[in-house]
Amino acid sequence: MSTVAQQLLTGGEAVAHALCQIQPDVVPVYPITPQTPIIQTFSSLVADGEAHTEIVNVESEHSAMSAAIGAALAGARTATATSSQGLALMAEVVYIAASMRAPLTMAVGNRALSGPINIHCDHSDSMLIRDSGVVQLFAENAQEAYDLMVMAPRIAEHPEVSLPVLVCQDGFTITHAAEPVSMLADDDVQAFVGAYRTPVRPLLDAAHPATHGPFAMPDYYFEFRRAQGAALEAARFVVAEVADDFARLTGRRNDAVESYRLDGADVVVVALGSTAGTVKDVVDELRDGGEPVGLLKIRSFRPFPAAALWRLLADRREVIVLDRADSPGGAPPLAADVAFALAGCGATLRGHVYGLGGRDLHPEAIREIFHDQAPRYVGVRGEPCLV
Amino acid sequence: MSRLKTLVEHRNGVDPLRGGHALCQGCGIPMVVRVVLGTITRPTVVVNATGCLEVATTRFPTTAWNVPWVHVAFENAAAVASGIEAAQRALARRESLPSAGDVAIVVFAGDGGTYDIGMQALSGALERGHRFLFVCYDNEAYMNTGVQRSGATPFGAGTTTSPVGLESFGKSQRRKDMTAIAVAHHVPYVAQAASTYWHDLSQKVERAARVDGAAFLNVLTDCPLGWGHEPRLAPHVIGAAVETRFWPLYEVVDGRYRLTYEPPKPLPVERWLEGQQRFAHLLRPENAELVELIQETVDRDWAELGSLCRVGDEKGVLS
Repeated sequence: MSTVAQQLLTGGEAVAHALCQIQPDVVPVYPITPQTPIIQTFSSLVADGEAHTEIVNVESEHSAMSAAIGAALAGARTATATSSQGLALMAEVVYIAASMRAPLTMAVGNRALSGPINIHCDHSDSMLIRDSGVVQLFAENAQEAYDLMVMAPRIAEHPEVSLPVLVCQDGFTITHAAEPVSMLADDDVQAFVGAYRTPVRPLLDAAHPATHGPFAMPDYYFEFRRAQGAALEAARFVVAEVADDFARLTGRRNDAVESYRLDGADVVVVALGSTAGTVKDVVDELRDGGEPVGLLKIRSFRPFPAAALWRLLADRREVIVLDRADSPGGAPPLAADVAFALAGCGATLRGHVYGLGGRDLHPEAIREIFHDQAPRYVGVRGEPCLV
Repeated sequence: MSRLKTLVEHRNGVDPLRGGHALCQGCGIPMVVRVVLGTITRPTVVVNATGCLEVATTRFPTTAWNVPWVHVAFENAAAVASGIEAAQRALARRESLPSAGDVAIVVFAGDGGTYDIGMQALSGALERGHRFLFVCYDNEAYMNTGVQRSGATPFGAGTTTSPVGLESFGKSQRRKDMTAIAVAHHVPYVAQAASTYWHDLSQKVERAARVDGAAFLNVLTDCPLGWGHEPRLAPHVIGAAVETRFWPLYEVVDGRYRLTYEPPKPLPVERWLEGQQRFAHLLRPENAELVELIQETVDRDWAELGSLCRVGDEKGVLS
């Protein structure tokens, strides 16, 4: 098992160091809070010669993803990073990156979407591109952000996947909070990710010209989209395979889902991101009091681990989904996915929306959620007012 | 010196853009593409913004392209080129370029993908100084979506979104000077050319392809559909744009302006306006003042360009 002494790093620094160890060829990027520490840290590592990467300081996130597609299809290992409005601005191109099967990685510091403008965490930005066809992995803490970032190129570049992989961490809560992080040795990361697997007929191979990004009408568009869906299905198995390899190397498991004290649990919370850590504390406390509660943390939001949810949750009494994003007028995104995965099972389903715009979710509120004493929107003051 | 024969020979008989595509009869775009790609002797990768050229040449599962070609979206062609160029530098450094030698990166975009929606990405890429050539085939409106006005549409032109009507004479604003905007980025090479002046265009491409940095070419390109002229009259119409001084052919090399062609006998601007349906209303007697205004603007712009060309160059005009 490969280990290096722990370092005190923020989540942002941790993924920047992971990027440095991966040594991507090209990193086009644009600053945005709370992603900025990632690119700042990475830029200084490049400036000190720690990484040999072409950083392209583009003029917008739209161009960051566009340049990333160009670089990846040209034959270079490529990464970028963003947050919130930046992800919203590049959303158009995120869809196209997936459609063009550009195998790149992107670190995301999740942050609320405007308006009103806000810089703190929720998952609205990731949910905006939920249907784009990219892989989205959510970290609970800085260690997972590092681990998932090291795993990401292997998943993105697997020939049956060949898709963008997003490594999401909660803005500020993870990006800016320092924690002890176990990093691998540089050589181990290099050996783990391997050489970049160049796409078929890369753009710079002028001897073998290919047309990338053609015009597809009703006679072919649907087939393109289904092929992309099949790649995301394949990613399900590749995530599992890469997680196994990573666990062999580090002893740390980063599977699509993490079960926490599910044995004998009647009431189970489902959550993404850093909130899972707080829920674990509350589960421990309630378990100590004899209450049969547990947590199912979802790391792989896309592809969504529907079969695992059925296997792990179908027989529970109650499943409670915590969404850090809303879908006004409809079902919140995580709740909708969980409900679809568990359709026809005996469990009662309940959903709560919490933490929009960086509002904290305290253990007391999580206790109330477990005890069905919480409102649908947890932590919001008063009744909605009509202006 | 480019000749038609050498333009063809450079590709060893393989046309980078083959026939069989769906561009209209008389469309100037394929001529621009062939002159540009025929002039560049290095292997070339083409980045295409959304538009007529992209739609008409790559309907899946067919393609008209014999060079590496990529299209991502409408507004980001220059950003895509930036990424390819960065990849080229990175791969060259670790000596793992797929094929030997330097690959030229050429963007083709219409005026919508250059002047309007594409300008931010273009500006960023020019400012960063990527080694690439951006070619705007400027046909002065959104032709692919059915002739809507753009920032390149000239004053007085009727389009489907600046229609001529009882209370409208067409577009009421001047076109923006995209070539000057490119010059303001201090890139080593900027030029304005016209599709049927292929010899002038080819020489400019040669110079643009040699610079170590970003180059921008703004090429006036006819659109029989959107301009309302007979396809066979394309050279005549483009000729009128140049010979009336409406569209001066010039280049700016490291900030130094130079006219590359001076019309021997400048024609009145009516010669440019006539023969195009989009300007037909301007030639009615009640619009004589508008034509005068257009002539004044052309004369003033020409004088300004002339003074820029004379800066640091006693001769001023070279040809």
